[in-house]
Amino acid sequence: MSLLHRELAPITSAAWRTIDDEARAVLKVCLAARKLVDVRGPLGLEAASVNLGRLEGIEAAPLHGVSAARRAVLPLVELRTEFELERAELDAIERGCADPELSPLHDAAKRIARAEDTAVFHGYGAGGIAGIDRRSPHEAIALSDDFELYPRAVASATRVLREAGVDGPYAIALGPRCYAGLMQATAHGGYPILEIVRRAVDGPLVWAPAVNGALVLSVRGGDFELSIGQDLSIGYRSHSERSVRLFLTESMTFRALAPEAAVALVYRDAGT
Amino acid sequence: MANSAGYHESEDVLRRETKDNHRALTSMMEELEAADWYDQRVDAATDDALREILAHNRDEEKEHFVMLLEWLRRRDAKLDAELRARLFRSDSIVAREAAGGEGAAGAPKDGSLGIGSLKGRSSL
Repeated sequence: MSLLHRELAPITSAAWRTIDDEARAVLKVCLAARKLVDVRGPLGLEAASVNLGRLEGIEAAPLHGVSAARRAVLPLVELRTEFELERAELDAIERGCADPELSPLHDAAKRIARAEDTAVFHGYGAGGIAGIDRRSPHEAIALSDDFELYPRAVASATRVLREAGVDGPYAIALGPRCYAGLMQATAHGGYPILEIVRRAVDGPLVWAPAVNGALVLSVRGGDFELSIGQDLSIGYRSHSERSVRLFLTESMTFRALAPEAAVALVYRDAGT
Repeated sequence: MANSAGYHESEDVLRRETKDNHRALTSMMEELEAADWYDQRVDAATDDALREILAHNRDEEKEHFVMLLEWLRRRDAKLDAELRARLFRSDSIVAREAAGGEGAAGAPKDGSLGIGSLKGRSSL
């Protein structure tokens, strides 16, 4: 029996398949960091930390003449978000229903994807995770809503990376405000600005709803590492006569091995 | 400029990641072919010392193959899931596939959704 306790849920095999497929589909769209950084793992539920290879001194000696130091590790963080599905809707799947009401599952998948991406891009201090933007030693490049200036900002970011000795390919993670604007913006003559930006980077353009502004980063590999213990999974919590309570979970942590391999592009006003 | 042989589609439409995968897969094929040739030479050689060297070289090819396989695994979530589901087991390989149960394709052994890495998968 695994900690997911799926076998205890009053859910048929067909309904479990639908739940898993729906979650997978939403997660693959919404998870942005996994499209840009190296993923180490899944290392398994037993994995508790990432070895940092360093020592932390311990002042109090265990014995006169004997020193001690603690091995430095980065603990994995377990993320979990719960959601509830109507049992009648799950039973309908078994009867061949093609459009079961699974919006709570979709919302939960978006939530956990957002949590993972926020930790990677902007950090999660309480979980010991320093995000890419805060670790970057480069000054953030200002963005405005004049999208004709956007290719210039992206070109500046790739120049900063080159000058720092960071090779490409370079990718860009687009936050919601950048994405919305760029999808509509055209240069003089009607040429889409998005296509000009695409030429400024030689790696992927990724929709990243958790990103504030945008982030230009190298995807050459070896710079950013997302470590996964238990990969995203759906488990069973409880049920009543009417509904089943499930959860989405994963264990993860993140570290920027070469923080200089990213440049943040930010809006100076309150929007994202 | 020399191109890697074996593209089945126009190079212009291939992504950078696809070309790198092709390089790795081509190298893996070469390593396995070399191991096969060494196997045959080990059988055919009549000198014990030569046979020993050939067997040593053959095993180095296996090491090279596995290094490339690991490189691919880290970039391909589906391959990663298949390897985790099917390798290092002692039960029947065919029965596991026929049962379609735990460990079958698309059902990672850890009960997860098998998302893994999505690097190189999509761009707007």
